[in-house]
Amino acid sequence: MIKTVEGARVLAEAAVACRLDVVACYPITPTTHLTEELNQFYADGRIPEYLTVEAEFSAISALIGASAAGARTFTTTGGQGLLYMHEPLFSAAGMRLPIVMLVGNRAVSSPLNIWNDEQDTISQRDTGWIQIYCRNNQEAVDSIPQAFYVAEKILLPVMVCVDGHYLTHAVEQVDVPDEKLVQGFLPPYKYPLKLDPQNPVSLGVYANPTHYQTFREDVVADMEAAKEILVEAGKKWGKLTGREYGLINAYKVKDADRVLLSVGSVMDNVVMVVDELREKGEKVGALHLRVLRPFPREEIAKALEGKKVGVIDRDLSIGAQAPIYLEIAEALNGKGAQVSSFYGGLGGRGVKRVHIRELFEKLRKGPVKQWITTEPPKAAMKG
Amino acid sequence: MIIPHAKPGTSVQNITGEWKAYMPVVNGDKCIKCGICQNFCPEGIMGEVKRIPEIDYEYCKGCSVCANECPVKCIEMRRVEQD
Repeated sequence: MIKTVEGARVLAEAAVACRLDVVACYPITPTTHLTEELNQFYADGRIPEYLTVEAEFSAISALIGASAAGARTFTTTGGQGLLYMHEPLFSAAGMRLPIVMLVGNRAVSSPLNIWNDEQDTISQRDTGWIQIYCRNNQEAVDSIPQAFYVAEKILLPVMVCVDGHYLTHAVEQVDVPDEKLVQGFLPPYKYPLKLDPQNPVSLGVYANPTHYQTFREDVVADMEAAKEILVEAGKKWGKLTGREYGLINAYKVKDADRVLLSVGSVMDNVVMVVDELREKGEKVGALHLRVLRPFPREEIAKALEGKKVGVIDRDLSIGAQAPIYLEIAEALNGKGAQVSSFYGGLGGRGVKRVHIRELFEKLRKGPVKQWITTEPPKAAMKG
Repeated sequence: MIIPHAKPGTSVQNITGEWKAYMPVVNGDKCIKCGICQNFCPEGIMGEVKRIPEIDYEYCKGCSVCANECPVKCIEMRRVEQD
């Protein structure tokens, strides 16, 4: 059913359509409305168990326990909340628990900032969680059932990353899948080794030097294997709804000589500029990196071979090159591509069409590495 | 796909003896069988009291508590050579 509704609220509907067993959240901007909505669903009896916890560390820890006991679990956070989860994020992945989390991407302190960039999730890219980035709320709504599908098949947790405020607070038309459709797509959850007093096991315990690396090698191999399942889930979802998904989304890339690449909502702006410049006869394209983990290295190399590529990073690795740029540059090494790095748009400084036009212009010349110099919002300039 | 887990009682499979840099060696002639080392050993791997200690080197981590506590200093901590 098509609804005109605020992002955070419709994301809760998509999550509940997956028939959650246990939810534990600690509210934080920009996903507070999502938490509110989940609370309402609990009050209405559509979520059997909702744990009000004292912090994000507890939220994810509670879900680690619930997931190990065989429950389908969901939570939401963003920014500082996600950073506070950092340690248990590794545990959830290492214990092979298919938890799904909706992250409202938010800048991190300090200085304190509640607006959007992708620093929070980029900083969690090594935790062993699958990361799906969404350009708009429709993609986010569609990605939640797919996230459970993939997580429960490969037994790794999934982060669905949605730009805070730009998407979480945006009111737009979204086709909300009903519970029946989702249930037809998503098989019931059955953790193969659940915590059970009749058959006691310890999960997430100590591993000697003899065994530790073996487990890590297994996670690495399965993360790689998750690519196939992500594609399978995207195709299956496409058959049901007409909206198919893959690891990357290439828009007019095939014959393009210049391509901009990024994650998240900024890519919808890039697509608009691509249409505009194509009308003027310029051969430009847009590539959305939908899945950052597992990193679709081969798909990127195939799509962008020999092109002038600009990577927009709305995140940093302070003291080194921009994180997404580095990975794209590595994937395109020896492929005759010229890769530029544009970083900025941090803490709510929007990367608008006017800036994207400039970036496409800059791509014409040699490879560059530079800040995206966006103007501060007008209100700030008055003071 | 492996789910890392442990069944009850399986921690004994974690052989900790390879951690040690020094191993305790008991001089049986000097030992007075007082039982202090056996009671102090954090791993409980020095055998029964009132007998000369029989050390289980598979689990001895080489912590030196026994040598430190021995009233007659009959336990020598000897360097373990590793590859």
